[in-house]
Amino acid sequence: MEFAELIKTPRADNVVLHRPFHLAVEGTLCLTGHHLIFSSRRQDNAEELWLLHSNIDSIDKRFVGSLGTIVIKCKDLRIIQLDIPGMEECLNIASSIEALSTLDSVTLMYPFFYRPMFEVLEDGWSSFLLEQEFELLSSVTDEWRLSCVNKEFSVCPSYPPVVIVPKSVDDEALRKVALFRHGGRFPVLSYYHKKNGMAMMRSSQPLTGTNGRRCKEDEKLVNATLRSGRRGFVIDTRPLTVAQQARAKGGGFEQEVHYPQWRRIHKYIERFNILQESFIKLVEACNDQSHNMDRWLSKLEASNWLTHIKELLTAACLAAQCIDREGASVLVHGSEGTDSTLQVTSLAQIILDPRCRTIRGFEALIVREWLQAGHPFQQRCAQSAYSNSKQKWEAPVFLLFLECVWQIHRQFPCSFEFNEQFLLMLFEHAYASQFGTFLGNNENERAKLKLPQKTMSLWSWVNRPEELSRFQNPLYEANNLVIWPSVAPQSLQLWEGVFLRWNRPSRFLEEAEEERINIIKYNKELQARVNALRRRLAELEAEDEEPEE
Amino acid sequence: MEHIRMPKVENVRLLDRLSSRRAVVGTLYLTATHVIFVENGSETRKETWVLHSQISSIEKQATTATGSPLLIRCKNFQVIQLVIPQERDCHDVYISLIRLARPVKYEELYCFSFNPKLDKEEREQGWKLVDLNEEYNRMGVPNSYWQISDVNRDYGVCDSYPTEVYVPKSATAHIIVGSSKFRSRRRFPALSYYCKANNASICRSSQPLSGFSARCLEDEQMLQAIRKANPGSDFIYVVDTRPKLNAMANRAAGKGYENEDNYSNIKFQFIGIENIHVMRNSLQKMLEVCELKSPSMSDFLWGLENSGWLKHIKAIMDAGIFIAKAVAEEGVSVLVHCSDGWDRTAQVCSVASLLLDPYYRTMKGFMVLIEKDWVSFGHKFNHRYGNLDGDPKEISPVIDQFIECVWQLMEQFPCAFEFNERFLIHIQHHIYSCQFGNFLCNSQKERRELKIKERTYSLWAHLWKNRADYLNPLYRSDHSQSQGTLHPQIAPCNFLYKFWSGMYNRFEKGLHPRQSVTDYLMAVKEETQQLEEELEVLQERLANLQKSQSGNNKVKSKQQDRSKQFGLYTSNNSLANTPQEYSNDLKSFPSRSPSQGDEDSALILTQDNLKSSDPDLSANSDQESGVEDLSCRSPSGGGCLPSEDSGKDSDEAVFLAG
Repeated sequence: MEFAELIKTPRADNVVLHRPFHLAVEGTLCLTGHHLIFSSRRQDNAEELWLLHSNIDSIDKRFVGSLGTIVIKCKDLRIIQLDIPGMEECLNIASSIEALSTLDSVTLMYPFFYRPMFEVLEDGWSSFLLEQEFELLSSVTDEWRLSCVNKEFSVCPSYPPVVIVPKSVDDEALRKVALFRHGGRFPVLSYYHKKNGMAMMRSSQPLTGTNGRRCKEDEKLVNATLRSGRRGFVIDTRPLTVAQQARAKGGGFEQEVHYPQWRRIHKYIERFNILQESFIKLVEACNDQSHNMDRWLSKLEASNWLTHIKELLTAACLAAQCIDREGASVLVHGSEGTDSTLQVTSLAQIILDPRCRTIRGFEALIVREWLQAGHPFQQRCAQSAYSNSKQKWEAPVFLLFLECVWQIHRQFPCSFEFNEQFLLMLFEHAYASQFGTFLGNNENERAKLKLPQKTMSLWSWVNRPEELSRFQNPLYEANNLVIWPSVAPQSLQLWEGVFLRWNRPSRFLEEAEEERINIIKYNKELQARVNALRRRLAELEAEDEEPEE
Repeated sequence: MEHIRMPKVENVRLLDRLSSRRAVVGTLYLTATHVIFVENGSETRKETWVLHSQISSIEKQATTATGSPLLIRCKNFQVIQLVIPQERDCHDVYISLIRLARPVKYEELYCFSFNPKLDKEEREQGWKLVDLNEEYNRMGVPNSYWQISDVNRDYGVCDSYPTEVYVPKSATAHIIVGSSKFRSRRRFPALSYYCKANNASICRSSQPLSGFSARCLEDEQMLQAIRKANPGSDFIYVVDTRPKLNAMANRAAGKGYENEDNYSNIKFQFIGIENIHVMRNSLQKMLEVCELKSPSMSDFLWGLENSGWLKHIKAIMDAGIFIAKAVAEEGVSVLVHCSDGWDRTAQVCSVASLLLDPYYRTMKGFMVLIEKDWVSFGHKFNHRYGNLDGDPKEISPVIDQFIECVWQLMEQFPCAFEFNERFLIHIQHHIYSCQFGNFLCNSQKERRELKIKERTYSLWAHLWKNRADYLNPLYRSDHSQSQGTLHPQIAPCNFLYKFWSGMYNRFEKGLHPRQSVTDYLMAVKEETQQLEEELEVLQERLANLQKSQSGNNKVKSKQQDRSKQFGLYTSNNSLANTPQEYSNDLKSFPSRSPSQGDEDSALILTQDNLKSSDPDLSANSDQESGVEDLSCRSPSGGGCLPSEDSGKDSDEAVFLAG
């Protein structure tokens, strides 16, 4: 397909762009296959706005006489308005944008066309391999092994080709366990707590069905993570009733009789369609222009967004607590094991593992616990909060995770190597990107699409020194402790950086951030100068004394 | 002391609101000024000190098998839950506290026994730190439009006003006295803020006694005079900060508001800020929400909305923004009043001043602002904050709301204020503590009669002495945010107003960020300063060395210099080790008597904590719960971390409870 077919009016002049907190500017609008480009023609202050079509969530058009107005709502929650003279031009442009922003073939997406303008220092596609992770693990324990049982994606289509499993369980057993778990997602290692040797595993629900089917290999597999005489916790992210109902559809949960060493805790985390609804309501509330304080708070409350944040953080803290405080191993799952399960296991690692609070470590966490673990990014992030289409696969599961990280970050502002911008950047790229990283729903699909060969990895770009410097937290001081966040309502705040980003003045806050950076930069400069001077003096003094000695 | 039935009770349990597992056993002491709880246990004899004047309510709850619970709520939002083994003891403590918390004479208040060991001269110097004459001069008055009037010397015209007030030059004594007779409690229009740049001013008064039709020529002339004092504008705004309905209701009582027809060239405007009773109830409702044991997000947000608190804060801010805009942008003078002109009027004038003038956003300027708009103009501190036993209907968190407005602005303009959140919290604390004389009584007249300045100490001097603790690291006097008028976003802006957990859940450390960016940056800045000094020394030495080398002279000071360097390193390391040091620095009760010795122990609270001058870090704070305390940032890179995990146990109960 040629994009040109979809673009009837590639260019319009005298278009006026409106954005909140900016003066309206007049300029030229151009449409390309992947971008909407607006450039103002003013000599003194030429500016360009490049918008990926894939970032457009919804578009509205209306007319006053022959002046058309297009309101574009983006997946990053920004809203812009374009006034386009000429009804035909406006209609053409609107329909082009509509078509180009809803292309249904992945291979037409921008990452397949994007040619980076930077030199690739490190191929992000191979930056975070599970083999490296396993090497680290091997240096502290020999209880685990790498299994290639899924190398053809035949045992579990949503798992990566290699996984880490208890050493005592062979591939044959894994195949059997896969048949006993929803979607073949047998329990694999998610995190190993070096401090006490406890493990966090994740999987999907067991397929016990109504007649209480059991699988000896499954029991053996999960028990292999327990020290002798110790108990473990199964954290089921569904309420008991839902877990019970799941049996009628062939699903279920680990029953005490068959898993006597495990205690099951049901910690409800909301399912994706509910989350999507909550997301939409919250964004509506944030864009509400009324001045009424009461309506704001009740809308914020009614969106339930912060409730989801609180529940999720609580579940993650619980998992971390079981591991670190109770000294127990943990198995986390919900139904499919691709959404709430991953939220819990990844957040628990943020709390427990200082490495996950570094930039590199956080990237590895996202690769390991989200991309390789088969979170269906393409389905979940197909649309954002402005979409009218109520497809049932969309959900801000990853955004909720990022916001929880932000909440912990806010409570421990010096314990993270990255800053809020880093989280924002990940949010944006998960929804629309020039990079192939978040395309596809699992490694299997990514392999079929040949993403590593045909697209650029986000990590290739982010990990360049000049980009990294934008994402570094100036306050960071490595903190090797477990960090326990507070989950009380008073401790949780709306993530303004995402939800109010476009409707609050940001200048004063940006200035504050700049000030923080400068204070620390100046301090470091002085340190360097003082150290250099000290060395210099020592040298001079040594020279000075030599003749004497 | 005669009120203390029970000076000491043993085996009392202090409960932790968030986790019943963390109750501690100790001894409860009642002294003339404080309630003190000292934990048992050989290692950490942690102490919790509560001033009697901070106690807002004491509640005895039903006796259970474990003892009799006693709930003490404080005006600084601390909530203390004790369980006393014997019902009889509990009753005695209860009866004693009821009396101690409600003194009947000013002389019973703590400031009259508080002795920070300063000599007379230091005390006098302290009171001179904030000088309102200087402040009016700074604003640019007296000048050709404004003069100081002595019409109120000896408080002859208005007993709740200061003796010295600024009025328009054309307002004669006759006009002032005439106008005062037409205003509630004779609070005639007087200058609050003068804007040198454009002659626009903010004046304040009480409501006119206009009833349905009464007029007063002198009052009309007074407003005329205010308008004439600003030649750049041909009208003034009269802002009535009450809801219109309230103002109308006042007319029936012979009070009311200005009729635009009677006053030439005024524009009249209502700004609906609710009265003290509504505000008191609103705070009460919000505090109930803060006290919920483990509220869901919905409980919390719903309760917060239902309290209406943030709506009221926004109303006060909106009024301030309106006035600041009139003065700065339109160049129009404003007369502000409510009913008596000492609550809402004080709030609104001070918010407007703060927005208009960067000076009030400095530490010193903020003290001046409170002194000007609150203390000198007769805000009824005693009645509003219940220092002496009085009518509970008079109590209302009026200045608390102003302080919160400042915090909300600090959140929106992080570089605009010289002081930090702690400064606000400590001022709020001392408005209720009665440890310093500044906020005693209801008016300047009463304070003079009581000889406050001779008999008590000034809070401002105390805060000034510890100003390093109160600095905002992001403030620079040459930063754009610390220049000119602040323009808060007007719409949509409701989401800019946030719940202030640092104040209302102040004592629940577990709810707050575990690392403070402010403290971290202050430590960095402190180190930067040391580095600057060292750099200078090093450069000098280098220059000397080069000089002496070129002159072929040997420098023999090497040994000495090495030790100097070493000295610096150790001082850095000690910075990195602060938490450990503090935890070893424990004293057994009573380590310092409350009425003498180190003033800070008298302030409150535990001594095993960070800054001793910090009333924040009181009770219940858990040694293990802050990650490495920020002060232990390692300047030289070699991090020295406490071996224990952060927040041990702190939230476990919470996670498991759900």
